[in-house]
Amino acid sequence: MTMRSSQKRLRLWLDLAVVLVAAATPVMAGEVAPDAARLANLVRQDCGSCHGLTLRGGLGKPLTSENLTAWNSDQLASIILDGVPGTPMPPWRALLSEGEARWIADRLQQGNLP
Amino acid sequence: MKLLARMLLALLFVLPALAGAGELRGTGSLGLVIERAAGSVLIVDTMARRTIGRVEGLGDLSHASAVFSPDQRYAYVFGRDGGLTKVDLLTSSIAKRVVQAGNAIGGAISDDGTLIAVSNYEPGGVRVFAADTLESVADIAAIGSNGKSSKTVGLVDLPGRRFAFALYDAGEIWVANLSAPEAAPTIEKLTGVGKLPYDGNVTPDGRHYLAGLFGEDGVVHVDTWQTPLKAERILDRYGRGEEALPVYKMPHLEGWAAVGDRLLLPAVGRHELIAVDTRSFVESGRVATHGQPVFAVARPDGRQVWVNFAHPKNDTIDVVDVQSLKLVHRFTPGPAVLHMEFTPRGNEVWVSVRDADRVDIYDAATFAKKAEIPAQKPSGIFFTARATRIGQ
Repeated sequence: MTMRSSQKRLRLWLDLAVVLVAAATPVMAGEVAPDAARLANLVRQDCGSCHGLTLRGGLGKPLTSENLTAWNSDQLASIILDGVPGTPMPPWRALLSEGEARWIADRLQQGNLP
Repeated sequence: MKLLARMLLALLFVLPALAGAGELRGTGSLGLVIERAAGSVLIVDTMARRTIGRVEGLGDLSHASAVFSPDQRYAYVFGRDGGLTKVDLLTSSIAKRVVQAGNAIGGAISDDGTLIAVSNYEPGGVRVFAADTLESVADIAAIGSNGKSSKTVGLVDLPGRRFAFALYDAGEIWVANLSAPEAAPTIEKLTGVGKLPYDGNVTPDGRHYLAGLFGEDGVVHVDTWQTPLKAERILDRYGRGEEALPVYKMPHLEGWAAVGDRLLLPAVGRHELIAVDTRSFVESGRVATHGQPVFAVARPDGRQVWVNFAHPKNDTIDVVDVQSLKLVHRFTPGPAVLHMEFTPRGNEVWVSVRDADRVDIYDAATFAKKAEIPAQKPSGIFFTARATRIGQ
């Protein structure tokens, strides 16, 4: 019983954390707030196919916060949207909005992907 | 009295374990399903179509693969985090485990079953271990002719205790010969083969090694029966100068092991498979597919090829007839189809549907679903029959 209620409380906290993270993200006027759970799953599972499920790298570079200090948020968002020519990093512009790319860049740089 | 009761009770607990240990069974119908996020593997029985065990504690299994010991009792699982785990399929337990590098991509077992080679990203190169103890045997640093350490990809076994692999950053293909048990490996290096080889594989006879290029349109072919070795470009400029489509997941060359005169390769940046004549190694046709192909897995009789796709079209499978290069079936098993593995004779095929947390089993002739097995974020599926095949 205690177990279940503490689990429930934990889940509530996680939900709250997701909401807070989403709320804290600067969203451009007129854009819908990014779907945190969907984007986080996309980053882990699909970016993760090259960058590693734990984002510590693979064929692609590691995406942990300490490895992303060389770029600012604009640069990272543009790498996500337009890719890196000559490397396997593809442009995600057809699949992600600018707000979503910015959200991913910020979460990765701050190391707080939900 | 009390002591006797306690002893009887203890015996009662031990009995089922003893019974289990005494039960004889073969392993030819067994296999592994990687649970990529949980760091675990399911031991499955392909004839019973069910899970018979689960082994945890294998580390980061994103992009994990496995090879099997010749007796098909042990699986060697290669994890992303450099973990190399020897799993006992009969007892569903870890027989041995080492973390041999920071970041790994796959491995191979030598033809005599004594050596396990692992292909590494960080640090690059290939490390070789004794299959029984997992003790280090050789460490092959992949320093390309550019003087830099390279990630290695497309590692396969060749007959005669040899391994072939490609150097991703340096654009080279190396063949390491470990046939002299105590001596250091001798390595034959082919340099300047092409930009960014992303994967490689060998034909089922162990003769022709092919490496796909990401940095340019083309595939590198090495006939390993020739002395000295020579790298030849095939399918040159298969993109015909058209702009490449974005590739949201790297294609894999594993699973193409077609018998017969044709193998089908995923094109890179094009939604098609390219057919290659396995005698002349020239293109013999193409077939348009639903998306960017990831795996093009031949049914063991070589008559049909099952294809899955990169994100965002990864809910679909195409089945292509190899003779006519026509699509014979297209269906959507579910979200994120990551891998397909045929039973040894090809009557059934197991499909991992990652985001549905499920493995589906299909009749390979009628395409009817025969069973579903629950699995946590399943990716690679590997059956023990691979133990008998060169390059797998």
